Amino acid sequence: MKRSGRMLAIYAGLALLFLHLPLLILAIFSFNVSPFTVWQGFSLHWYYAAFQDPELAESAWNSIVIAIVSTVASTVIGTLCAYGLWKRNSPVLSNSLYLSLVTPEIVTGISLLAFYQWIFRFWHVQLGMHTVILAHISFSIAFVVIVVMARLRTMDATLEEAALDLGANEWQAFRLVTLPGIWPGVIAAALLAFTVSFDDYVITSLVAGVDSETLPMAIYALARRGVSPVVNAISALIVFGLGALIVISERLRAA
Amino acid sequence: MTQQAVLELRKVSKHFPTHRAVNELSFLLERGEFFALLGPSGCGKTTTLRLIAGFEEPTTGQILLNGADIAHLRPYERNVSTVFQNYALFPHLTVQGNIEFGLRRGGQNHIAKRVRDVLELVQLDGMESRYPAQLSGGERQRVAVARSLVVAPEVLLLDEPLSALDPNLRKQVRAEMKALQRRVGTTFLFVTHDQEEALSMPDRIAVMNGGVIEQVGTPEEIYLHPRTRFVASFLGAVNWIGGAGVRPEATRIARNAPENVPHRAARVMQSNFLGNRFHIEAALETGERVTSEISRLDQAFAAGETVYVWWRAEDELRFQ
Amino acid sequence: MTRLRSWFLAPSWAVMLSLFLAPLLVIVVYSFLTRGAYGGIIVAWTTESYRRLADPLYLTILGRSFWIAALATVFSLILGFPLALFISRSASRKNLYLSLVILPFWTSFLVRTYAWMFLLRDTGLINTLLERIGIIRDPLPLLYNNGAVVLGLVYSYLPFMVLPLYAALERLDPNLLEAAADLGARPLTALFRVVVPLCGPGIRAGLVLVFIPCLGAYLTPDLLGGGKSVMVGNLIQNQFTNARDWPFGSAASLVLMALVMLLLLASVRRDAKGLL
Repeated sequence: MKRSGRMLAIYAGLALLFLHLPLLILAIFSFNVSPFTVWQGFSLHWYYAAFQDPELAESAWNSIVIAIVSTVASTVIGTLCAYGLWKRNSPVLSNSLYLSLVTPEIVTGISLLAFYQWIFRFWHVQLGMHTVILAHISFSIAFVVIVVMARLRTMDATLEEAALDLGANEWQAFRLVTLPGIWPGVIAAALLAFTVSFDDYVITSLVAGVDSETLPMAIYALARRGVSPVVNAISALIVFGLGALIVISERLRAA
Repeated sequence: MTQQAVLELRKVSKHFPTHRAVNELSFLLERGEFFALLGPSGCGKTTTLRLIAGFEEPTTGQILLNGADIAHLRPYERNVSTVFQNYALFPHLTVQGNIEFGLRRGGQNHIAKRVRDVLELVQLDGMESRYPAQLSGGERQRVAVARSLVVAPEVLLLDEPLSALDPNLRKQVRAEMKALQRRVGTTFLFVTHDQEEALSMPDRIAVMNGGVIEQVGTPEEIYLHPRTRFVASFLGAVNWIGGAGVRPEATRIARNAPENVPHRAARVMQSNFLGNRFHIEAALETGERVTSEISRLDQAFAAGETVYVWWRAEDELRFQ
Repeated sequence: MTRLRSWFLAPSWAVMLSLFLAPLLVIVVYSFLTRGAYGGIIVAWTTESYRRLADPLYLTILGRSFWIAALATVFSLILGFPLALFISRSASRKNLYLSLVILPFWTSFLVRTYAWMFLLRDTGLINTLLERIGIIRDPLPLLYNNGAVVLGLVYSYLPFMVLPLYAALERLDPNLLEAAADLGARPLTALFRVVVPLCGPGIRAGLVLVFIPCLGAYLTPDLLGGGKSVMVGNLIQNQFTNARDWPFGSAASLVLMALVMLLLLASVRRDAKGLL
């Protein structure tokens, strides 16, 4: 039994390596002085190039703005939704949220594109930051609901009754008793929503306008064109940035 | 001058889809009383409490607080306060924050002083800045009581207030709670399934079973003169000898047949020495078992002895 | 009370209705309309888009999507099961390992897919290393084929297989394996005759959680498959950008949705029966 146990451990190590090595290699080669996949020395100049590229800077800024706005909106809407569903479930709404999670991104994306174009017949608007933000809010809500709902389920339901008993109305009970109790879960949900929004490519690429290119879209364009260590550099930054957010989110979820 | 009933339930019913939790319940609560709702689990006592507090609405009937019907008011519109079984202290607030909570809702003044006063009342002076997680079970219970008392409710509702406490603690807390109620003068209504609590704490008890009240009365009345078999066997033990019911402490044992009192022949099966008394189990000729409790200062009996069990006619329980 | 609750749910309702359900309704309608001359929509009702999907060309694409998704799912199961088993047996470090498994998934899907481009392309790391060592002279065509897509999908969705497997394995009574050993079963036999069958629901959950996103994959076949590994997702995207045939794209989308929902219903019902 012990030998098979060791074999299992070795296998697990290899499997975890498989999961992490590609990203580590990407990060390592972002410091390679040469653009080829032969290590020729340490350099930060790809990072400088990345930071100095105006297009990249603008797309990064767009990504941040979109992520922040959609995160705030989806966290508020999603938290209220989770609370309402926790009190009493609405099967139609729960199932719609679930459906939005399992629908392939390409289908969500093109349906939104078709929907926007149809609306644009009546409303003189174009594809732009706002269409992207609305799309992001739409697909982020389900994530927020799941995280906040999980937190709500650990809460003592009699606390709200006690609040009502002592003179608070339903809104005050939520604000003064329940919300402080689920606060770490709300923050965790917000961090998750930010990550999901920042990283989205498929849906964003379909509903973005000419002036609303996001960082994933810029990376995609670069990746398509050919070998570019600049992509490695940005990738490394994104991975570690988003990774840090997720680690914090996980810690909060468990708090 | 008669005391006005502070709380009255008139034919209150609560029907759930699966069962009737409460069925045409009616009773009165007098101002300043310490009242208990006693019954087995599922009898509807907790539902009744929740109906009074406002967490449930009655299907039919009226709930009158000082004469006004509150049956369909929200909990925060009623001047009653609840102490929950698990205390439901707000974990993110200190003791001060918890106790203030009800006062801040009402926009009261002199909050700090009132909080200090009520903490003194429950003997928790100086604990204002502790968090519930830092308190013992007994301390948490007292904070819960303080939090509900400080809003000066007409009636204080308590849901099995001692059940979450350590059994060793309960006797002491019972005495403290009774003293507290006397001092404060607020009407207390508590719910319990523990007969010892029900006999020692309240001024009056209502015994509930299957959603209805079987009897209301003082502890002595209920114990000595139960109106139904259920009430008799729920509060204390009963020997059913033939058709009569007799309490063990009223079931006496003699070596010779007594005269002019009901009696039956029996054989002693077991005699347990319990320190201050003997607990004797005897079998009648019919095979029925009876128990008798006698003081250790009385005559002792040994297993196997042939005896007579007898009781005074006035100790026989009569039912309606 | 219900009034307040309606206010809490109203914003979500608004978003779901207007930004999720309404768009789906739009493409349902579009799937029955006709393509305009310059790529728009003509309100002429027809089922032609659906009929065109039955063309062998598109059936091939659908078949390939199934095939690739199935391969990726099976490989995820084979690779993921031992990993899940290991984690369920490591007492104190379980959470650490679970975090290590799930963390990469949340960083960036695009970057993770790009990483395999970096490794697999002709001038990528693997070819460069092999050439350096002298094993090969010309670069191997590792990228832009079905295999690369399967690899990319397994890499991306492996956590979705590991987590439900882990959950099922964790719930197993450790005494069962001891009992099997007691009765003379060797470890591998015990594994296949005792552990695997009892993990049924976990395995099914993992299969569904991996197969569905793989079936509807777009980015992975786009970047790793080149023009040769067109899957349904690429087909759909193409209709809405280059080909400008929105009715056809809508029809394909709905067929994909229908397949996804059938798979979900099938798995749910199966497990509901299992509970009986």
